[in-house]
Amino acid sequence: MSDTDTTETAAAFEPTIVAFFCNWCTYLAADLAGTSRMKYAPNARIIRVMCSGRVDPQFVFDAFAKGADGVLIGGCHPGDCHYQEGNTKALRRFTLLRRMLTDLGVEEERIRLEWISAAEADRLRDVMNEMADQIRALGPFRLPDGAVAPAAPRREEVPA
Amino acid sequence: MREPNGTPRIGVYVCHCGTNIASTVDVAAVRDAAESLPGVVLSRDYKYMCSDPGQELIKHDIAEFGLERVVVASCSPCLHEETFRGAVGEGGINPYFFQMVNIREHDSWVHRDIAAATAKANDLIRAAVRRVRFHEPLEPRRVPIDPRVMVVGGGIAGIHAALTLANAGKQVYLVEREPSIGGHMAMFDKTFPTLDCAACILTPKMTQVRAHPNIQIMTMSEVEEVSGFVGDYRVRVKHHPRFVIEDACVGCLECIDACVFRNGKTPDEFNLGLSKRKPIYIPFPQAVPQVVVIDPEACIEFRAGCRKKTCVEVCAERNAIDFQQEVTYDEVTVGAIILATGFQAFEASRLPQYGYGRLDAVYTALEVERLVNASGPTEGSIVLRDGSTPTSIGIIHCIGSRDKNTNEYCSRVCCMYSLKLAHLLKEKTDAEIYEFYIDMRTPGKGFEEFYNRVEEEGVHFIRGKVADVYPEAGNTGRVVLQAEDTLAGMVRKIPVDMVVLATGLEPQPDAEDVRRTFNITCGSGGFFTERHPKLAPVSTFTDGVFLAGACQGPKDIPDTVAQAGAAAAEALALIDAGHIELEPNTAFVVEERCSGCRTCVGMCPFSAISIVDGKAVINEVLCKGCGTCVAACPSGAIRQNLFEDEEIFEEILGVLTHV
Repeated sequence: MSDTDTTETAAAFEPTIVAFFCNWCTYLAADLAGTSRMKYAPNARIIRVMCSGRVDPQFVFDAFAKGADGVLIGGCHPGDCHYQEGNTKALRRFTLLRRMLTDLGVEEERIRLEWISAAEADRLRDVMNEMADQIRALGPFRLPDGAVAPAAPRREEVPA
Repeated sequence: MREPNGTPRIGVYVCHCGTNIASTVDVAAVRDAAESLPGVVLSRDYKYMCSDPGQELIKHDIAEFGLERVVVASCSPCLHEETFRGAVGEGGINPYFFQMVNIREHDSWVHRDIAAATAKANDLIRAAVRRVRFHEPLEPRRVPIDPRVMVVGGGIAGIHAALTLANAGKQVYLVEREPSIGGHMAMFDKTFPTLDCAACILTPKMTQVRAHPNIQIMTMSEVEEVSGFVGDYRVRVKHHPRFVIEDACVGCLECIDACVFRNGKTPDEFNLGLSKRKPIYIPFPQAVPQVVVIDPEACIEFRAGCRKKTCVEVCAERNAIDFQQEVTYDEVTVGAIILATGFQAFEASRLPQYGYGRLDAVYTALEVERLVNASGPTEGSIVLRDGSTPTSIGIIHCIGSRDKNTNEYCSRVCCMYSLKLAHLLKEKTDAEIYEFYIDMRTPGKGFEEFYNRVEEEGVHFIRGKVADVYPEAGNTGRVVLQAEDTLAGMVRKIPVDMVVLATGLEPQPDAEDVRRTFNITCGSGGFFTERHPKLAPVSTFTDGVFLAGACQGPKDIPDTVAQAGAAAAEALALIDAGHIELEPNTAFVVEERCSGCRTCVGMCPFSAISIVDGKAVINEVLCKGCGTCVAACPSGAIRQNLFEDEEIFEEILGVLTHV
């Protein structure tokens, strides 16, 4: 890909991020960001789960397979889990999952686990913005060579 | 993978929320986009879906158009999921045939770009429409609730909450860390703006608490661990040794006189170190319980062994003194918990420019409360550390409040208590009093009138924050307050005999530990977070845990009492129902798919899963619905109501499919 090519794609490309947020901390942080009228990048689509421990690695694979450019998992800080330790289970899975994905050639920035408490709306905003910026710079997610093409059509790109 | 049962008829409702949503999301376009989604037979937009007409619309459409599933795109499900489920249920279909889409908090309020926000709303609604097809009919879980309540913290908030509940016939455990209940209010002299004597209005309530058959006071106690859930909290309470048997002590205080220490040598906590106490002491005259306490750090019995044991001798057959007492634990079960753990005063030495701890003339406001109090270290006369009586006094506002270097927030009570202290000090010493303030904040019943009164009494008000406090030249013992008078536009240097620092309110030093123990959240200032700042001000995100008083944020006594009453009422409403309804989001095992691998057993933090006859079995009562086992099951044999794999896969596909 030539330099000019990259610039052109980067200007038009807006990544889609699938975000799995736990009901008690990060989902509420997103609610608080709303009631506080903070502004952040509109790239993430939040899917609510009761606990970050509910996030099955298959959800992450499926999101990438269906056309996500990044996946964000949000849970309570260690020790603060509403279910005592679901978040540590999530962390355990995430560590393996990310290693597996990076081994497959997926850039590390595309998959992220964040502890964001219900009070940390500012942190939520910063993570949303940072992740959108990083993935925008990386460009659209492409499945590694040899993998099957996404089953669903990709989102049409919305001009920034 | 399961398929939806047929193709249910779906209705989609897009809320404008006035202009809250409609100004950033093109609701008409969103409505039209939803209409073309598979299964959607009807799509509407409406100004306020949560209003009665909005809910009626849903009920009407279910009957008129035979809707089998409903999707409402509006605010956060935390606000109105219950509302809409109710409407759907009243409309005649199962209330769980409903999915809510958050296009306000997660969309219109956080984005500026209309095209992007509209696209996001479309994606989220598409996900919900896909998901709702898989919803199963469910019933809320009903669990019994223990009628007992624990109140943590025995200040005015905890006292009022405990009394309210006890008067309603509920059994209350009141846990207090100190040897006596009473909290900060017991230390105050008068209360603003009415100048009621704090002890006169507080101690009758303390006595009521002691006498109440429904209240069990646990002093010198702390909550060590909380397990269980709303309706059934198991609380482990740690009791520190008092070295005096509470039931045996009659509060005669003869042991204090008999102590081998002629005079106290230990700084008296209640008087903030302005006086000394003996190793055996009562925290303050009206302490509840009226029981002495022994400080093992100071008592020579603990250090070297006291041959005389004069306290034991004088106690004689009452035999209340027990040097062998150890830490003990209790485990109690309660249905609800009220946290009333209060605040700590800002540590004034953190701002060295004001000289606290370095200059004898500088006091904190709380110390002055004790100085002006008749039962305080000087029996109410204003005698400074050097033995003199002040003829000029400076009061500095906003110490540790409204300051980017310490706390950004306003502590709400300091302006008023500074006015009160100015009045009391003026009354007692006739000194010249200078109040250095940033803004006077007196928004309460009778507050502004009190401000005017104190001004008429001749107190000087200088608008400006003191920059420096330094000793006057010539060893006069006085200190100089240097401040920019922002009204007069000049720098003032005023020498005074005494400085009062109006310290702000901070969270308790261990608020973070308490937060963890009770699984609640703290805001940026470190105070506990209420469930909703306006509509659920005493609830927390943990069901059955309520907040009262300054642990939730700085507040004065009237507000604290009001909040404590509210917390008690909320707890009462919860436990009086006898049972609670919980989300039916529990996990269950599809037996024929289970291989009995036991992966799930170790996943469950609540020990709800066991293996019976080689298959996993989930105890529905113990399951809290986190779904961790569902994600871990390698055979896909565990499902979670409301969060089925298919439902989440459909959401993923929904947000990623552009139509």
